[in-house]
Amino acid sequence: MLGWMAWTWPTALLFIGIFSAMGIITILEIRRPGGAERKGVLGLVTTRGDRLFISLLGTVYIFLAWLGLIGMPLWAPLGLSIAWGVFCFWKV
Amino acid sequence: MKTENQKAWFFVLPVLLLVAFNALIPMMTVVNYSVQETFGNNVFFFEGLRWFEELLNSDRFHAALGRQFLFTGIILAIEVPLGIIIALSMPRQGIWVPVCLVTMALPMLIPWNVVGAMWNIFTLPDIGLLGYFMNHTLGVDYDMTQNPLAAWITIVIMDVWHWTSLVVLLSYAGLVSIPDAYYQAAKIDGASNWSVFRYIQLPKMKTVLTIAILLRFMDSFNIYTEPFVLTGGGPGNSTTLLSIDLVKIALGQFDLGPAAAMSLIYFAITLLVSWLFYTLMTKDDAK
Repeated sequence: MLGWMAWTWPTALLFIGIFSAMGIITILEIRRPGGAERKGVLGLVTTRGDRLFISLLGTVYIFLAWLGLIGMPLWAPLGLSIAWGVFCFWKV
Repeated sequence: MKTENQKAWFFVLPVLLLVAFNALIPMMTVVNYSVQETFGNNVFFFEGLRWFEELLNSDRFHAALGRQFLFTGIILAIEVPLGIIIALSMPRQGIWVPVCLVTMALPMLIPWNVVGAMWNIFTLPDIGLLGYFMNHTLGVDYDMTQNPLAAWITIVIMDVWHWTSLVVLLSYAGLVSIPDAYYQAAKIDGASNWSVFRYIQLPKMKTVLTIAILLRFMDSFNIYTEPFVLTGGGPGNSTTLLSIDLVKIALGQFDLGPAAAMSLIYFAITLLVSWLFYTLMTKDDAK
């Protein structure tokens, strides 16, 4: 049934990761409503969902920039992305 | 504890399903394609991030991306100020209001491929009204099928003709919602026309202008049909915008992997610019 979607394990894991992250913030939202809204260092008012979005979008650009400017392997941008995600949830 | 009625979620469900089937699932398939190579028959070979790496270092992609940003930049720089000026000069009451509104809305009612075909016939040097007039009456060398500059001028004018109305109508909606009291106060204070525009009209139009610019950015950045029908990306590659190049790779060369990688980068750019623009414009409105 899903054959036409041409699944691979790496892409499946990517989506599992994204959907689990969305699941976790949904559960957090049910437990503690209001989205933990605050004004961060960038001067933006963000909720948990916004911070997840900014982390993911930033991650895409970190990987693309590294791939375009430097190339393989991608361990360094992985580290950078994790740091960026931590920064987003901590300060943004 | 909870007093809200959570049943409302069921009403959102059909939309959610629709979006899943027409956007989310195809999008996930594109992600899957972007890391693989196929020669048809639904047989795929894993390639990792090779297509992304090749694409990011490809001159062809850089050129198409550059043309895309140039096109979007030019049409935004023309359509937004022009739209505001037209909206400001439209009547606010009387019989001319519906006349102006309908006239303004007309170009937007025409399907995109028809717009492309219209402008193609209109500007052809030998049979088109404008093309013939320019070449044979004025003696100006204007041929959008041969000259890249002429082709660019034609697609820009076509887009301005087709879409300035959107900016006009949205700005006009913002303008008519300003109560008369503001203008009276400005008159009492002896404000100049510029001050009225800068401190009353522009701030009141901000929300609708944000939407207008956002829509124009996304539409022009994803534009395909009109330039494809008008110039087919030519002469040479001079008007091959990103979407036209994407379709050439996906359907012309049947390189689904690279095309999928290109769509994802394309999507990431649209997403980032739209998000940045929207966030910056609405930043001060948040409490």
